[in-house]
Amino acid sequence: MSGVETPVASTTSGHSRRTFIKGVVATGAAVSSSNYLFRASEGLSASERVRSTLPQLVTLSVNGQSRSVDILPQETLAMTLRYKLGLTGTKLGCDRAECGACTVIIDGVTHYSCSVLTKTVRDRAITTIEGLESPDGTLHPVQQAVVDEGGFQCAFCAPGFIMSMVALTNDHSNPTREEAAQALSGNLCRCGDYNKILNSAMRAAEYARRTV
Amino acid sequence: MALIGQDISPPDLVAKVTGRAKYAEDFRAEGMVFAKLLLSPMPHARVRKIDVSRALAMEGVLGILRADEVPQADAPGESALTDEPKYVGEPILAVAAITETIAADAIEAIDIDLEPLPFTIDPLASLAPGGPNARLEGNTLTFGERGRELKSVKWTSSDFESLSEGRLPMGEPTDEWSHGDLDSAFDDADHVVEDTIIHQSLTHHPMEPRSSMAYWDNGKCYLYASTQSTQRAHAGTANQLDLDPSDLVFVGQYCGGGFGSKIAGSPINSITALLAKKIQRPVMLRITRYEENYIGRGRPGFQSWVRMGFRKDGKITAIDLYIIQDHGPYGRSGDYNTAGAITDLMYQPDAMRFRGITIYTNTPPRAAMRGPGGAQIVAMLEPLVDKAARELGIDRLAIRRMNVPDSDSRFGPNRGQLTGAFVREAIDAGADKFGWAEKSQLSGQRNGTKVTGVGIGVSPYVGGSSGFDGLLVIRPDGKLYIHHGIGNLGTHSMADCGRAAADVLGLEWEDCQVIWGDTSQNLPYSSVQAGSQTAHAHTRANHAAGLDLKQKLQEIAAATLGGSANSYRTSRGRVSGPGGSISFAQAAQRAIELGGKYSGEVLPDDINQVTTASATALSGQGVMGVAKDNFSHDGSTYSWVIGFAVVELDVETGDVQIVDYTGSADCGVVLHPRSLGAQIHGGSVQGFGQARSQKWVLDPKWGVPFSHRLYTARPPGILDVPLKMEWAAAGVPDPENPVGIKGIGEPPVGAGSAAVTSAIADALGGKCLCRTPLTTDVILAELQGRQPPHQLTEIHI
Repeated sequence: MSGVETPVASTTSGHSRRTFIKGVVATGAAVSSSNYLFRASEGLSASERVRSTLPQLVTLSVNGQSRSVDILPQETLAMTLRYKLGLTGTKLGCDRAECGACTVIIDGVTHYSCSVLTKTVRDRAITTIEGLESPDGTLHPVQQAVVDEGGFQCAFCAPGFIMSMVALTNDHSNPTREEAAQALSGNLCRCGDYNKILNSAMRAAEYARRTV
Repeated sequence: MALIGQDISPPDLVAKVTGRAKYAEDFRAEGMVFAKLLLSPMPHARVRKIDVSRALAMEGVLGILRADEVPQADAPGESALTDEPKYVGEPILAVAAITETIAADAIEAIDIDLEPLPFTIDPLASLAPGGPNARLEGNTLTFGERGRELKSVKWTSSDFESLSEGRLPMGEPTDEWSHGDLDSAFDDADHVVEDTIIHQSLTHHPMEPRSSMAYWDNGKCYLYASTQSTQRAHAGTANQLDLDPSDLVFVGQYCGGGFGSKIAGSPINSITALLAKKIQRPVMLRITRYEENYIGRGRPGFQSWVRMGFRKDGKITAIDLYIIQDHGPYGRSGDYNTAGAITDLMYQPDAMRFRGITIYTNTPPRAAMRGPGGAQIVAMLEPLVDKAARELGIDRLAIRRMNVPDSDSRFGPNRGQLTGAFVREAIDAGADKFGWAEKSQLSGQRNGTKVTGVGIGVSPYVGGSSGFDGLLVIRPDGKLYIHHGIGNLGTHSMADCGRAAADVLGLEWEDCQVIWGDTSQNLPYSSVQAGSQTAHAHTRANHAAGLDLKQKLQEIAAATLGGSANSYRTSRGRVSGPGGSISFAQAAQRAIELGGKYSGEVLPDDINQVTTASATALSGQGVMGVAKDNFSHDGSTYSWVIGFAVVELDVETGDVQIVDYTGSADCGVVLHPRSLGAQIHGGSVQGFGQARSQKWVLDPKWGVPFSHRLYTARPPGILDVPLKMEWAAAGVPDPENPVGIKGIGEPPVGAGSAAVTSAIADALGGKCLCRTPLTTDVILAELQGRQPPHQLTEIHI
């Protein structure tokens, strides 16, 4: 059967809504906007459901400061940072650990904050893009390197990439270009500015060596 | 020293690296609530009944916006909400609630009854006898004697018989043009290549989904949204909302990528604005990546066929091209027609015929995507030119050098002329940088399981428009304020174009302030930031406004110090001449005292009313430069990028690594070297994704997409591109721009894609698979001599 015949045969017959939905469900591709939000499980008792959706006051260590905040049990760190703590530098590009725009550093290790539950990082040191600059306004060596290389285009991915570069330069004082690319491979740039991003990363490592 | 041609640090970069740059979803307003969309689960349906009572009764739900509450566009236009969804994922209604979770729960509580309607995801299926139409009115749009007309076109079964011979069915087209005598031009050919070629549809997927926030205050709407083109998005959105432009403030200082999908605002923005108006609360509508796949636009796919005739020496004598465009359900993109014109431009055949038709499908809406039409066709045709070169025993660089146009060449149905073309210069600069002489020798070299392929892709695209306005003010602080209505996509044109004005005045970059991205800041009438227009259009407009400002400074100096105006010169913030010198700051103060044209109280007659309103608001603040770009613009402005790639193809796995890449441009004077490199490389990387991995997968039975996220649509990551890429530029000034600059955004996508499709064909020993994307399974089937994983014309697989 040719590629042309297939859709002709299947689309002219017409479907009832019921068979259509059955088909869609079978393919696992039903469209529901709430699939993208954490929600209370259907299996919980009424009292459990209430408890699981009540806010809870927690204290987080963000950029060296202690921040108290009401969070929901299902709340992600990205949402807490952006909507509760005013730290909108951390971006949401996909909300599903595909793009790295939301990358933050937790206890020295990069994490996708869209995929970290806030309640799990209560006793951890969280660093976001806003925490890199010195209080006197001096840019972090990585930030300075990006400025000097004219890195990034639209820069929506920049905060995530920069956090990955910070982790890279913390861990490797003298990375090769290939090692830098590996370290940044969890971040996506749709402008395709990878060449300039790698130039920035190599310069960042050089600046970091100088400041040590 | 002139600022044009120097690397600068754009004024927004520190904000970008510190997280202070605010994109649409970063804005907050007192009392802000959230909205969610109800998306169609069916590719084509009609709403029979919707019951929102359970949703409205939920605690925290504030209101629902239905299709009849938003402006409904005439067919085949698109509305923000619809009761007749024409693709899976099309927004039907929106709910506002105090939290996003409640809004999403409310969507689940809506009872909706949809009547399924016939649908199609394949243009050929719609063209087949008795095939379904994507729209109730028909399956194509034509521009005939009776104007715009929606029609139903069906071909005959005999039109489809060619399928069994492995050729695209080609029934009656709706678009056709030709020049020269096609038959005799094919008779002149010593060698003919012919093939059916498929190019996929793909989503733009900018990093920033099109979220927006809006509120109303005292009858005025404040909209924070992502756009490529601030002033034009403002005008378009005001129109959509039926608002006087002065009653809309559009803030879009940073745009997290658009690539054609956010040219002048998205229909979705009016949902946010109208819902905010209805419930009298600020509304944030966050668009998820999943939703972005549906409503975020896509590049039209092509099912096409080409026959090309070559003389023994490689000269192309004749081209016959047929394109069926897969267009989604709304509007009409000109990609297929552009592809025809570009084919004629880049190969300069003695005779050419183009035939085409665009067909509506129940797939996400299409829009221009970086290099629309051009980026598809060059990736499809360049491997065929390689094939001919190989069969004729001609060097692949030489065959391209021979056929590309020069400044006197004509092209397309109207035999249009160019402002200039320096393609051979760009080919030579690129070949030199890349090292074509040595690297082309690597072709076919085997290293373990890997075979090396070397490719070239020549890619032209329109590089600039004209006729827009420049608006400048030197205030009594002595600084030049450059007002820009273009957007901020990160191409740096919002900063770079202002340099044309600074250079006229002899100012340092430190003395310039760029004002952009907020329509309350008095922006001039501007081009859309799309189609590589801004670097050309707005260096011209700023040059014009700069000359106007310079003239006024000279006149003010002469009136203050004596002597004739033209005996005064401007440099480094001073106007100097026979009577001495005054600073720009003093001249600005003097302009305020003088009034009239000097301070913008009297304005030129020929500027756009948008500029007039902005200039009037700025009058009396200093010395104003304001002018329309009236410079000559004779001929079409085209820029070119030539991509050179080396790939390593693993014959065991079918995997392809792009290990070396150089892009070389003919884009006139180099405005900003580092940023030019970024445009060439970035666009090329997008082309790599198009050639290799980005695609749609749709279920033909249910019309449901499977590739609705980044990982399933697979744009290139940092490990998918060479570790180091190079660029070059011909650097020949464009004769029709007083500052010599052409735009460069579009052509690199086709160059990157074509260099890779060409290199993969080379690695396969000259075998053109005639399809994008060249995914690993397609390549592996070829290597193993198996049937390909798709039928000849099959798409979305």
